[in-house]
Amino acid sequence: MPLSRLGALLLLAPSILLLVFVFLGPIGWFLVGSFAELGSLAEIWEETRAVVGSRAVALAIANTNWIALQVTFFVLLIGYPLAYALNRARGLAFSLIIIAIVLPYFTSVIVRTYAWMVILGRNGIINQMLLGLGIVSEPLELMYNRLGVVIGMTYVLLPYMVLTLYAAMKAVDPRLLQAAEGMGASRLGVFLRVFLPLTMHGVIAGSLIVFILAIGFFVTPALMGGPSDIMIAMLIEREIELTQNWPVAAMMTVVLLVVTLVLYAIYARFTGGRTGFAR
Amino acid sequence: MSGSPLRRTLERALVVLICAGLLAPILVVIIASFSGDGYLKFPPETFSLRWYERFLGDQRWRTAILNSVVVAAMTCVLATFLGFIAAYAMMRAGFRGKQVLAALLLTPLIVPHVVTAIAIYYISAPLGLIGFRPWVAIAHTVVALPVVLVILQSAMQTVDPNFERAAMVFGCTRFGVFRRVVLPLALPGVVSAALFAFLTSFDEVVIALFLSGIRGETLPVRIWNSLHLEVEPTIAAVSTLLIAVTVVALLIDYLVRRDRAATSGR
Repeated sequence: MPLSRLGALLLLAPSILLLVFVFLGPIGWFLVGSFAELGSLAEIWEETRAVVGSRAVALAIANTNWIALQVTFFVLLIGYPLAYALNRARGLAFSLIIIAIVLPYFTSVIVRTYAWMVILGRNGIINQMLLGLGIVSEPLELMYNRLGVVIGMTYVLLPYMVLTLYAAMKAVDPRLLQAAEGMGASRLGVFLRVFLPLTMHGVIAGSLIVFILAIGFFVTPALMGGPSDIMIAMLIEREIELTQNWPVAAMMTVVLLVVTLVLYAIYARFTGGRTGFAR
Repeated sequence: MSGSPLRRTLERALVVLICAGLLAPILVVIIASFSGDGYLKFPPETFSLRWYERFLGDQRWRTAILNSVVVAAMTCVLATFLGFIAAYAMMRAGFRGKQVLAALLLTPLIVPHVVTAIAIYYISAPLGLIGFRPWVAIAHTVVALPVVLVILQSAMQTVDPNFERAAMVFGCTRFGVFRRVVLPLALPGVVSAALFAFLTSFDEVVIALFLSGIRGETLPVRIWNSLHLEVEPTIAAVSTLLIAVTVVALLIDYLVRRDRAATSGR
């Protein structure tokens, strides 16, 4: 039953108002208000150059990029075989793999991070085992460093990759694989020359979404990282929690927002507006 | 396409290993929460409910449970209602800028929560809204609404517009069609949407961290605050509660979906 334009507007109005007054508006107001504290445009430009060029910010941006790249790589490395297995599994095996993906996916980020802290900590499970077996003589430093951040974030972001890849793999017509095999291609040949190219858009979309989410990450690196693993989102939070330095927080927010939105635009172009994730 | 047995065994071992790695952290937390030892030891030497006693016996943790439930319930109702009418409008109406609006409504999923949290904090602090639970719920609705929209838009695709036309021909009002035709047909989707809206709020840390203050401290925020002090087993008990809520929500969702598949014969 087609709706009149007025009817549609009325039904959409509450959502639009919420988006404008509690999301877009506050972001704009925060950015404008914070920059305005600095005075004239020339002063803003001067200050922005000084902050963005400072060592702390440059380091945080480098950390953010490097951690996000590593996490994307590991998520893809683990996610591709898992999605492949999910695509071929039937019955009970399929249900078990789905549970292994979905249960962590919908568990709070803070709980998942805490779980890894229990496992990787100085007195954590891995160290207790290694010490107990006499493999090491003193606890390994598995957390409060880059290693901990990458492990924790890989765990949290893996489901996004698997679900994206699975959607891409499911769309591949199995007859194409049979045809390639029938014409004499080896198993590896079928995979490399037919299956992988046909799922490549999933690989790119999954990598983009994981990278986008990784650069804005806050909880896991803040709890599992060391003093030298400051990421951009943590720096923003610190400027406000510790020093109430709104202008500096606003500058870094602009950097983070611009990168996020540009990558998201590429992602949206790529997937044709379909979103394979709901969270 | 089966390959050699050795290869198949290796492939299976790899998948089992990855799945075990995915579930292990959650199982470890659940097992550790029932430990009877004085500190985190794994596997625990003795079992008890002492960490649950400590968790539920603490006034601050109890307040956090209440805050979380209240905020998540308000978010659930608000996001599901807004999302339901918006998804219906997006479904049945054609207007210019619909694609742009659809993309815009999903952006809270992509914008880092730190940015959303700080921006809302910036406008709420001067208004004295920090710690005001309905306000935290409204902020959570911003991030829960896209989740609801994605679920409901796909659920409403199964609602045949001919049923709506038929109801109107027989004298049903527009609102009547909404309540008696659209809502019942989309009900399983509405239940899913409500569950995931609740979970989104119940599990959310960053926005709550900025907005809930001390008065409105939610469970994830309380966990965050205690994790900065020490990794104690009480948090394992709290985490197990959060995991249990997730499991229950996923189970209900599964049952509702299965029910729908059974009744519609698809």
